[in-house]
Amino acid sequence: MRHIISILMENEAGALSRVAGLFSARGYNIESLTVAPTEDVTLSRMTLVTRGSDEIIEQITKQLNKLIDVVKLVDLAEGPHIEREMMLIKVKTTGSGAREEILRLVEIFRGNIIDVTPTTYTIEMTGRADKLDAFIVALDKAPILETVRSGVSAISRGVKSLRV
Amino acid sequence: MKLTGAEILTRFLADEGVEYVFGYPGGAVLHIYDALHRQDRLKHILVRHEQAATHAADGYARSTGKPGVVLVTSGPGATNVVTGIATAYMDSIPMVVITGQVPTSLIGNDAFQEVDSVGITRPCVKHNFLVKDVDDLAMTLKKAFYIATTGRPGPVVVDIPKDVTANVADYKYPRQIEMRSYNPVVKGHPGQIKRAVKMMTSARRPMIYSGGGVILDDASKALTELGHLLGCPVTNTTMGLGGFPASDRQFVGLLGMHGTYEANMAISNCDVMIAIGARFDDRVTGNIEKFAPKAKIIHVDIDPASISKNVKVDVPIVGGVNNVLKAMLKQLKAEGFKPDEEVLGKWWAQIEKWRAKDCLKYDASGDRIKPQHAVDLLHKITKGDAFVTSDVGQHQMWAAQYYGFDKPRRWINSGGLGTMGFGLPAAMGVQLAHPKAQVACITGEGSIQMNIQELSTCLQYDLPIKIVCLNNGYLGMVRQWQEFFYDNRYAHSYMDSLPDFVKLAEAYGHVGIQVDKPADVEGAIKEAFKQKDRLVFLNILTDPTENVYPMVPAGAGLDEMILI
Repeated sequence: MRHIISILMENEAGALSRVAGLFSARGYNIESLTVAPTEDVTLSRMTLVTRGSDEIIEQITKQLNKLIDVVKLVDLAEGPHIEREMMLIKVKTTGSGAREEILRLVEIFRGNIIDVTPTTYTIEMTGRADKLDAFIVALDKAPILETVRSGVSAISRGVKSLRV
Repeated sequence: MKLTGAEILTRFLADEGVEYVFGYPGGAVLHIYDALHRQDRLKHILVRHEQAATHAADGYARSTGKPGVVLVTSGPGATNVVTGIATAYMDSIPMVVITGQVPTSLIGNDAFQEVDSVGITRPCVKHNFLVKDVDDLAMTLKKAFYIATTGRPGPVVVDIPKDVTANVADYKYPRQIEMRSYNPVVKGHPGQIKRAVKMMTSARRPMIYSGGGVILDDASKALTELGHLLGCPVTNTTMGLGGFPASDRQFVGLLGMHGTYEANMAISNCDVMIAIGARFDDRVTGNIEKFAPKAKIIHVDIDPASISKNVKVDVPIVGGVNNVLKAMLKQLKAEGFKPDEEVLGKWWAQIEKWRAKDCLKYDASGDRIKPQHAVDLLHKITKGDAFVTSDVGQHQMWAAQYYGFDKPRRWINSGGLGTMGFGLPAAMGVQLAHPKAQVACITGEGSIQMNIQELSTCLQYDLPIKIVCLNNGYLGMVRQWQEFFYDNRYAHSYMDSLPDFVKLAEAYGHVGIQVDKPADVEGAIKEAFKQKDRLVFLNILTDPTENVYPMVPAGAGLDEMILI
């Protein structure tokens, strides 16, 4: 099953490699990983998407908690939550009618065109991972030049929050 | 008071109560060595190879409960300590390793003797630090000792660039430390303890399986009391020997791959297993599907990640082993618990039947020296009261099976990582910590050669260790597996061209004694221990065909062991 593990950790050099090293050393897989400092600059928030049986996820959370730099963590998949991913995608617009077609698609998917050249659009899009996947499928005919995805960020619904 | 980083380091170590630093100098740590030279509170032990420094610090830690401290230079100094750090990590031994580093301005520059020490050691330390600012040095060192010695103990590396050891800062010994991200749980959950006690008291075939956690948390008194109160059989892992007295009738010996018939059969048939400070290692469980199939399992461990990692347990209790055991005892006593003699009697009648197989018997009447007999004699001559370190292989298992440890912290071996070359340097740390004690290193002709250079260190510091080398001319455990599972194809397990160990010992300034007749073993061991101030190397030529029994083959259940 897919799990979204949200981690608050000390914003120290090497903290990220401790998490990445743990996953490779113990053979766990990372589907996506994002990390950045929080409003408190001494803390980083990491969102890690992984898959595994209940036993493996239990071990993953225990092993993560064992890392000295990890302050707190929560498996967001255990409760209601919201997840978002941001994508920047650059496409070629030289085909006949391509510009209009792509513009329409961007509107339908509620994206933004953030850079324009005579031959390209750069599109910004935010949403759940499956929406971004769907947009890529929908683009079908327009040749994609470049795709950049942020990986999943997520937060729990309601008043519950992950904080020190 | 303004001090240099090097002075802060030496001052801090002394203030922290450190007695010995095991190390080896080099370019990046010259400021530190100079500071060591200018103080007299810390004693530095100069080893002959950095790996030995870590094992010596490890032996010191295991035999005292205090953290071992290592000091080495950057680059090769740091890479040479990796084996010793991994050894300590696998067995949860408190250790602080200070590695020198190239100056901060050169980090990442492929400088002379530069290696990413923090990166290389990351997977085998509890935590590590790179100190970039001398102002952070004292607090970082405090954190290192705090992390190494609390919770589930382990090694911590502190990497210090050379310029940091030269820069100056104010120093005040930090007495207190608090870390928001690190707060090990030490008290067990009362509800879980209640459930565990209920399960124990209603058991019909209870069994205690205890490990290194009991030794590390100095909980053998509480464990012994619990064992006696429940009246149940007690088995120890290789790391847990001495946690419960081997001479006690309730002790059924080692369990697992080379465990006794009675211990393994009891595990396979018990209805309640109380696992204390043990981690269900593969060498203990054999085939996990067939491990303790009839048992409800209570598991006490300070590390939540050890619980339900390999075997799903019924009552997990996270907490310090000693605290939890005491809480259990308190409750059992409050309830006035007495075991049902009839029910327990039936269980013991069964265990005695298994015990009657006498699975550790051997025939010492032949003309070859039996290694088991040598260990038995060592026990007899040292009155079972020696500190015994070992290397890795057959001799390690014979030492574990036959020495019979009645006290904790007497049996010093690399149980988790299985590091050959551990025994002699570990014995140095033990002997330094206990100058008057009898210290024996049971080893083999393969293992001893992995750190033989330390004979020189032993001479320098007058360490009267007794090396009991069970020399069978083979890498015995490898040969045994090749005999059993590779159709006697002894690929590179024969030790050709061995040195003359007696002459070698003498060349290093020690005493060497060779024994090749069974009748001479006792006299030779006695003679060795008579030489109180000398290191004696006993080269005992043992039966090369001897195997370690019983043995649970890989993939088999504990009740499917090969007996002799």
